[in-house]
Amino acid sequence: MGIEGIGASVVRKEDRRFITGKGRYVDDIKLVGMTYAHFIRSPHAHAKVKGIDSGEALKKPGVIAVLTGQEIVADKVGNLICGWAITSKDGSPMKMGAWPAMAPETVRFVGQAVAVVIAETKNQARDAAEAVVVEYEELPAVADIRAAIKPGAPQLHPEAPGNVVYDWHLGDEAAVKDAFSKAANVVTLELTNNRLVPNAMEPRSAVAQYDDAEEHFTLYTTSQNPHVARLVLSAFYNIAPEHKLRVIAPDVGGGFGSKIYIYPEEMVALWASKKVSRPVKWTGDRSEAFLTDAHGRDHVSKAEMAFDKDNKILGLRVKTHANFGAYMSLFSSAVPTYLYATLLSGQYVIPAIYAEVMGVYTNTTPVDAYRGAGRPEASYLLERMMETAARQLKVDPTELRKKNFITQFPYQTPVIMTYDTGDFHASIDAAMKAIDYAGFPARKAKAKADGKLRGIGVSCYIEACGIAPSKAVGSLGAGVGLWESAEIRVNPVGTIEVLTGTHSHGQSHETTFCQIIAERLGVPISQVSIVHGDTDKVQFGMGTYGSRSIAVGGAAIVKAMEKVEAKAKKIAAHALEASENDIVIKNGEFKVTGTDKSIALPMVALAAYTAHNLPDGMEPGLKETAFYDPTNFTFPAGAYICELEVDPATGKTTFVNFVAADDFGRLINPMVVAGQVHGGLAQGIGQALLEGAVYDSNGQPVTASFMDYTMPRADDLPSFQISHTTTLCPGNPLGVKGCGEAGAIGASAAVINAITDAIGNNKLEMPAMPDRVWHAIHG
Amino acid sequence: MSTVKLTVNGKAVSVDVEDRTLLVHLLRENLNLTGTHVGCDTSQCGACIVHIDGRAVKSCTVLAGQAAGSNVTTIEGIAKGDELHPMQAAFRDNHGLQCGYCTPGMIMSAIDIVNRFGGQLDEATVRHELEGNICRCTGYHNIVKAVLDAAGRMKVAQAAE
Repeated sequence: MGIEGIGASVVRKEDRRFITGKGRYVDDIKLVGMTYAHFIRSPHAHAKVKGIDSGEALKKPGVIAVLTGQEIVADKVGNLICGWAITSKDGSPMKMGAWPAMAPETVRFVGQAVAVVIAETKNQARDAAEAVVVEYEELPAVADIRAAIKPGAPQLHPEAPGNVVYDWHLGDEAAVKDAFSKAANVVTLELTNNRLVPNAMEPRSAVAQYDDAEEHFTLYTTSQNPHVARLVLSAFYNIAPEHKLRVIAPDVGGGFGSKIYIYPEEMVALWASKKVSRPVKWTGDRSEAFLTDAHGRDHVSKAEMAFDKDNKILGLRVKTHANFGAYMSLFSSAVPTYLYATLLSGQYVIPAIYAEVMGVYTNTTPVDAYRGAGRPEASYLLERMMETAARQLKVDPTELRKKNFITQFPYQTPVIMTYDTGDFHASIDAAMKAIDYAGFPARKAKAKADGKLRGIGVSCYIEACGIAPSKAVGSLGAGVGLWESAEIRVNPVGTIEVLTGTHSHGQSHETTFCQIIAERLGVPISQVSIVHGDTDKVQFGMGTYGSRSIAVGGAAIVKAMEKVEAKAKKIAAHALEASENDIVIKNGEFKVTGTDKSIALPMVALAAYTAHNLPDGMEPGLKETAFYDPTNFTFPAGAYICELEVDPATGKTTFVNFVAADDFGRLINPMVVAGQVHGGLAQGIGQALLEGAVYDSNGQPVTASFMDYTMPRADDLPSFQISHTTTLCPGNPLGVKGCGEAGAIGASAAVINAITDAIGNNKLEMPAMPDRVWHAIHG
Repeated sequence: MSTVKLTVNGKAVSVDVEDRTLLVHLLRENLNLTGTHVGCDTSQCGACIVHIDGRAVKSCTVLAGQAAGSNVTTIEGIAKGDELHPMQAAFRDNHGLQCGYCTPGMIMSAIDIVNRFGGQLDEATVRHELEGNICRCTGYHNIVKAVLDAAGRMKVAQAAE
C-alpha cells in the first residue's frame, strides 16, 4: 500500500467544494429564460378527478401554462414502468395498473400530481396553483396491508383483483413440511417491518431544457443512475431517442435508493420544457419528498423455525405481505422477492426454507428499494427469530448462532444464493470481545441496582451486493443487465481521467476510485480525475445502488486498467528496446527487470499520442474501455451487538455501546468505509427506535414533515465502535464486497433484541418509541 | 417589493425583493450564494444555517427584510482566501461529510457552538447542540469528532492571534 493506494485512509478530493459551499446541486443551476414548475397534488388518497378549472390561474401574474394529466396522456408520454417481472405461484405474471405521470382520471395516493403550473418565478407558480380548481369525487381508500386484502376492501386497480400484485414463493414447501414434522422445537414469530421515508437531505429536483433546432433535451436531475434514467425516458416514456437526450446528475445530496427511480416530476419537466419552449425547473420541498419519494420496507410477516433436539435448525417457513403503495415503482417488485427471500438463510445452515410473499396495493405512496432493500427485512426477521429461539430454548443467543453458522464455502443455500466466502465465527467473536460480552451479566446486575433495565442484543447479518450476473438476474425477471463500464483515458501528459457508469452521491468515488489507479500505476491521486454523472461524457453505466460501485464499478476500472497497462507496456518495451514480458510497472515507471532502464508513464503517454515511434501496426492513443459483468453477488457479512438501558419509568432507551464487526473483503479507504458503516447504522437504529411513516385508515399521511417523522439526530445516537474481519471476495479482481448498506441491514435487529432482552417481553414492534416500550413493560 | 441593504461576507449589498422573500432565497437566488441549502420547510434540518451578526440562524426562518442592516456570513465567507476555516479543515480531516448537502449548515452551526462553549465542549454537549441540524449520511459520528477537533484548532488559532 502506498500513501494513496489501496488501504490508505486518504482524505477526500471532493470535500473542498462541499466545505466551501461550491458544490453544484441541481437546484443551484440556473438557465437563461428558466421557468418554474409547481405541481397540484391530490389531497385525497383515492378519488376520481372530475374536472380541472385553470381559468383563474391562467390570469395570474407570470403564469405561462397549466398542464394536466389529460394532456400528458394525449401527448403519448408513456406510463411509468416497473422493470422487474415477477411470476406468481400459479404461473401468472404480476398484475399491474397503469401509472401516468399526472393522473388523468383517478388519483390513488395523497400527493399524486394531477396538474402542473409553469410560471416565471417559483412564487408565481405556487400562487397560481392555489387558483386552480380541481373537482374530486372521493372514493373509499385503504392504507393497511391486511385491510387491503380483505374481501370487500376498496379496489385500486381493475387489473389487480383483491389488490394483489402477485402471490410469489421460493423454496421447497414439501421439504420444509418434512423438516417441521421432525422438529423437537418450533419457534414462531410475527412481526412488522415499519415503513420508512428515505429523506436524502437534498430534495429531488429537475431542470429540463429543450433545444427545438436540434430537437434535443437536456435534463439535470437528482439521480443515482443518469444512464438508466435516459434509457427509461427514451425507451418507455417517449421523451426523445437516447442520442437526443442528455441526462446530467451533478452533485447529488444523498440517495439511499430514493433517487434510483425516474419520477413523474422529471418526466413532466422534460415534457413541459418542450410545451412552453423554455427551460423548466422543479425543486421539491420536504413535504413533497414525504408524499412522493418512494418509501421503503413496510412488511408484515409470520415466521416459524424448526429445531432438532440439539438446537440445530431444520427448517424455516416465512409468509410475508409487502405493501407496494398505489403503483408499482421501478424496481419495487424485486425488493420483497429476489432481494429478500433469497437472504432468508442468513449466516446459518438451514436445510429447508419456504417463503411466500404477497405483494399488495394500498392507497399510499409507492414503495421501492431503500438502503438495503429487502435484505434489512430478511435480516431483521431472521435475527429476531434467532434471539427469540435462544430465549425459548434457554440457550445463549451467541451460542445458538455459532452452533448453526455456515463454516464451509462455497455454500449453496436453499434459496438461490451461493455464498462464496466468509468467516462468521470471526466477526461474532470480534464483536463479543469489543463489547465485553462475558462481562454483561455483571453490568446488568449493577444497572438493576440503579433502577435501570439493561439489555444486550446481537444481530448477525449477511447481504448480497453487487447484484449480478446480468444473465442470472435476467433469468429472474430483471429488465436490465447489472454490469458496469469504465473508460480510462491517459492524457498525453500522463494525467488520467476515469469515466465510470457509477454515480457518487456521498460514496466518495472521486477519492477511492483514484486510489485504485494510484495503487496500480503509481500516479498521485491529484493527477487522476473521476468523471461520472453525465450521459454525454460516459457512454453507459448502471449507476450506484445495492453497494455495487466498488464491487462492480471498481472491478470494471481494474479491467480497463489492465488493457491500458498492456498497451503501455508494449510502447515502453519498444522505446526501451526490451521484451514486453520484461517490463514491470512500479511507482509510475515502466522498468526493464534486471536493468536500470526505465521510462515514466507521462513519456509513454506522450509517445502514444505523438505516434512518432510506436510498434508496427499499433494505433495511436492510450484509452481503453471495459464492460465488467460479475460472476456472482458479493456477500458482505458481520456481527453487531448493542447494549442499552431502558428506564422503566419512562420507557426511554439510552445506548451504552454499539459495536460492529464487518467483513467487507479488502478495504480501499478505511476512513470512507467507516463513514459508510456509521451512516448505515444510523438508519438501522433510526428504523428501530424513531422512524415510521404512518397513515390513517383513510390513507392520509400523518407523518409528512420533519415535525412528525422522527429523523435520527446527533443526540439520539451513540458513537460507534467498529472493526473489521476480512475474507477476500474471490469473485472480483479487487477482493471487495461493498459496504454501503451493511449498517442499515444489521442494526435494527440488534437494537430490538437488546430492548426486548432488557424488558423481558418479546412483543415489541419498531419504532420502539418510549410509549411502546413503556407499554411493553407495564402492559 | 422592498430594497434590503445588508452586508454579506463582508460586502455591502442592496437587493430588491418581494416582501415575503426569505433570507435563504435572497442568498441563493439574488446573490447566487448557493452554498446555503434548503433541506426542509419546517425549520428542522439546519441546511440553511448562516451567521447573522455572528450568531447561527436558520435563514429559512428569517425574512430578508429582517436581516436588513445586519452582517451575514455564509459558508462561502469563512475561509481566508485559500486557507480553510479550522472547522472546514476539521470536517475534511475527520470525514465529517459524505454527500455534502447538510455540510454548510453543519459547519456554520458548529462554529457557533464552539464560539459559545469555547474549550468546555464534550461529546454529549456537541450532540445536544447539534440537534437543530439533520444529516442522513454520516450517523453524526464523524461530525461530532470534527467539531471536537475544530474546537481545539480554533482555540489554538485564537491564542495565536
